[in-house]
Amino acid sequence: MRAMSSPRSGFGSGFRFLFEPGFFSSGPVHAALLTGTVVALVSGAVGVFTVLRGQSFAGHSLADLGTLGGSGAFLFGVGPLWGFIAAGVAVGGAMDLASTRRRASRGVATGIVLGAVQGVSALLLYLDTTSGSTTGVTVTVLFGSLFAVSGYTATATLAFALLGLASLAVCYRPLLLDSVSTDLAAARGVRVRLLGLAFMVVMGITVALSSLIVGTILSPALLIGPAATALRLTQSPLAAMGTAAALGALATGLGVLLAYDSYHWKPVGNGWPVSLFVIALLFTAYLLSGLRRPRAGTGPAPATATTEAA
Amino acid sequence: MFAPFMQDTWITAGIVAVIAALVGFFVVLRAAAFTAHAVPNAAFAGAAGAGLVGVSSLVGLGVFSLGGALLIGLLSRKGRHDAVTALTVALMLGLGALFLSWSTEYAPEIYSLLFGEVLGLSSQDVTTTAILGFACVAVLACVYRPLMLSSTLPEVAEARGIRQVRIDLLFLTLVALATTTAVPVVGALLMFTLMIGPPAAARALTRHPAPALTLGVLLALATVWIAIAASYQTDWPIGFFVGVISAAWYLLARAAAAVFRR
Amino acid sequence: MSAPVISPMSLPAPGPAPDGPARPVLEVEQVSIRLGGRQILDRVGFTLRAGEFTGLIGSNGAGKTTLLRIVLGLRGADGGSVRVGGKPLTRRARGVGYVPQKIQIEHDAPLRARDLVALGLDGERLGPRLPSRDRRDAVARMLEAVDATRFADARVGTLSGGEQQRVLIAHALIARPRLLVMDEPLANLDLRAGQEIVELTSRVAREQGVAVLLSAHDINPLLPVMDKVVYLAEGRAVHGRTDQVVRSEVLSELYRHPISVLRVDGRILVVAGATVRAEAFDAGERDVRADTAARPAGLPEVHAG
Repeated sequence: MRAMSSPRSGFGSGFRFLFEPGFFSSGPVHAALLTGTVVALVSGAVGVFTVLRGQSFAGHSLADLGTLGGSGAFLFGVGPLWGFIAAGVAVGGAMDLASTRRRASRGVATGIVLGAVQGVSALLLYLDTTSGSTTGVTVTVLFGSLFAVSGYTATATLAFALLGLASLAVCYRPLLLDSVSTDLAAARGVRVRLLGLAFMVVMGITVALSSLIVGTILSPALLIGPAATALRLTQSPLAAMGTAAALGALATGLGVLLAYDSYHWKPVGNGWPVSLFVIALLFTAYLLSGLRRPRAGTGPAPATATTEAA
Repeated sequence: MFAPFMQDTWITAGIVAVIAALVGFFVVLRAAAFTAHAVPNAAFAGAAGAGLVGVSSLVGLGVFSLGGALLIGLLSRKGRHDAVTALTVALMLGLGALFLSWSTEYAPEIYSLLFGEVLGLSSQDVTTTAILGFACVAVLACVYRPLMLSSTLPEVAEARGIRQVRIDLLFLTLVALATTTAVPVVGALLMFTLMIGPPAAARALTRHPAPALTLGVLLALATVWIAIAASYQTDWPIGFFVGVISAAWYLLARAAAAVFRR
Repeated sequence: MSAPVISPMSLPAPGPAPDGPARPVLEVEQVSIRLGGRQILDRVGFTLRAGEFTGLIGSNGAGKTTLLRIVLGLRGADGGSVRVGGKPLTRRARGVGYVPQKIQIEHDAPLRARDLVALGLDGERLGPRLPSRDRRDAVARMLEAVDATRFADARVGTLSGGEQQRVLIAHALIARPRLLVMDEPLANLDLRAGQEIVELTSRVAREQGVAVLLSAHDINPLLPVMDKVVYLAEGRAVHGRTDQVVRSEVLSELYRHPISVLRVDGRILVVAGATVRAEAFDAGERDVRADTAARPAGLPEVHAG
């Protein structure tokens, strides 16, 4: 991007300008790229079902609620990983249990849980700030940094990411069936409530992981953005999941690259937030995918398909 | 707690509660909880950015909440509403993170922007809040009937020539206005709790609009006033009390409704 | 095959032969349910035999969907029993294919018609599925059987109502059920598409020897293919051949209210009211004819009640 606007010309200098010297030899960058890519892959796959099931709000809320895990972990001095994971699983379960079958009231139930837990996070953050000397906790927890991944966290992240993918593979067919019609799935013997709960837990783990690695702002964007874009580009479920995972990983990689470059950008020479770059890339991809005319079905556009939303 | 310097706090919070409950009634009716959550988050970015360009944070709040709301409204005409909302929030928060990284504000100030700062508002804030609140109520009074019709019977509203798109944008503008009013007081993160908790509790108890509106307003007032008193006593953040009390109303109302239906 | 997949080829051959035509596929006995203080179903009972096409007829709110949901095991009843293939209902209604009235899929869902039919084989199973030629062929044959090959690779959400019904029928039938339950398949279709769906269902069901239980509020589109009718009103049901059930005295007894059944141009009109006077009938018939010409739909049936 920046290379294009550069007054310098020639491929070699442009390349060197795009990839700042030292980009590939930096240890933190390696860890960030690896964990970021893994998280993006899982988020993309889980995200397709999140968007299909109309649970973007829940996905977003789970990320916000990672705040609870983060602030709680700071307060009690446990590793943030476990705080995030525990909060993700607990809150995902609570949201599923509080919700009803109607989509309309589901949003309200999600919102109520989100509000209550954010209130508690506010308290925990307040206690963090007053009890310790760490005044920057709020900012760290809310806006997390990709460049602070330790070796242990990276390993645990990989393990949890594999767990998330495996769970998704197990539930894959019933989830698809449920996305067509809950009654149809139930009539075939799928325990739809249990399935919903299981999916919320998988989503909770995924979002918690990515909140920890890439921050609570970026994690819902990684969940929803690539998936929403992929739904506009693909025809079959596996293609959608693959495309979403690839898009997420690509945007993360590019974002880390740009952020690394931005250390030399104005106005402050300490780097722009990675999350902003990744989100901007995802948002652009979503907008661009909207320009593509959807492949028309053979029949006339169904009146029933569009009325469901709102 | 009832010292003169606290008087403004009680009044400001009261105005905010009324506005939140009135707009919140339609938020719950239109199942737009996510929107109500998204707009204040966008507003936060605006407040963070306002300091950088040297304008008042109220301007930043207004511009970004309106911008975020309209972006959601326009994009969701061609995509899934909830996915678009999620992406817009993320973009806004990403901008917020950028502005924060540039600004030199201290963490406690950011904290109060996120979680609210009721104690110690200046009298100028009361006037501003009152004016904004009045504007909100005035707009709501003007569009009450078409908004009501399109929220409950969209097809009938469409048949009567009420354009759904316009109503959507109008509703989003209302949410943005209410957000601008309330965020400086209750904070960006808890604003929406006040907007959905009390109205949702009221709606669980009664389906008729007038009692639901009244009950929602009363519950919202109770929420903020109890929260202020508790926050004053404990020194804990007001957002904690607002979030927990709002959720408590909702749970109580659902439980009561379930008992009565037996 | 390495994965524990039931190949459609290994399932028992279709057709009425194994069970014999007399063996009941579905036995509903004394099913009752009260909802919100109202008796929705009151000791409803009927039996379906292999290969029979049965229409479940009743006006809106007569309890058709509730009854179908009980048959599918989606909800319990206050009393009575449902047996499928001689066995009591379990959570998974084995041997029952289901075509729901509405699906919630949106136009951007990345699910092709082909994928939905494949889910009919084993969509409820956990774990990944290995692709296989047998499965692909079975899906292709099923799509062919319902004339859906043309749009096999289009997303389900972009198909028209009639096309979606075809795909759903294929989805339901590919697992070779003994009973196909369809909830108001004609409700959202125009008349021609509705007629096509009825004929298709009847044809494919007969080929496979599947009993069909199809709910509708209008009996007329089903008349050419229907073997039996279950008429639902006031929470009660009468069951039998169409000409036995759809008669003034039978329906009057069912509704506990005078009902007249008129046959006009091969259509059946069910109207409230006792004896229709001759001149009124004649006038009515002329009106009906005029109306039928103007609206091929025929008059909507009128229910007491």
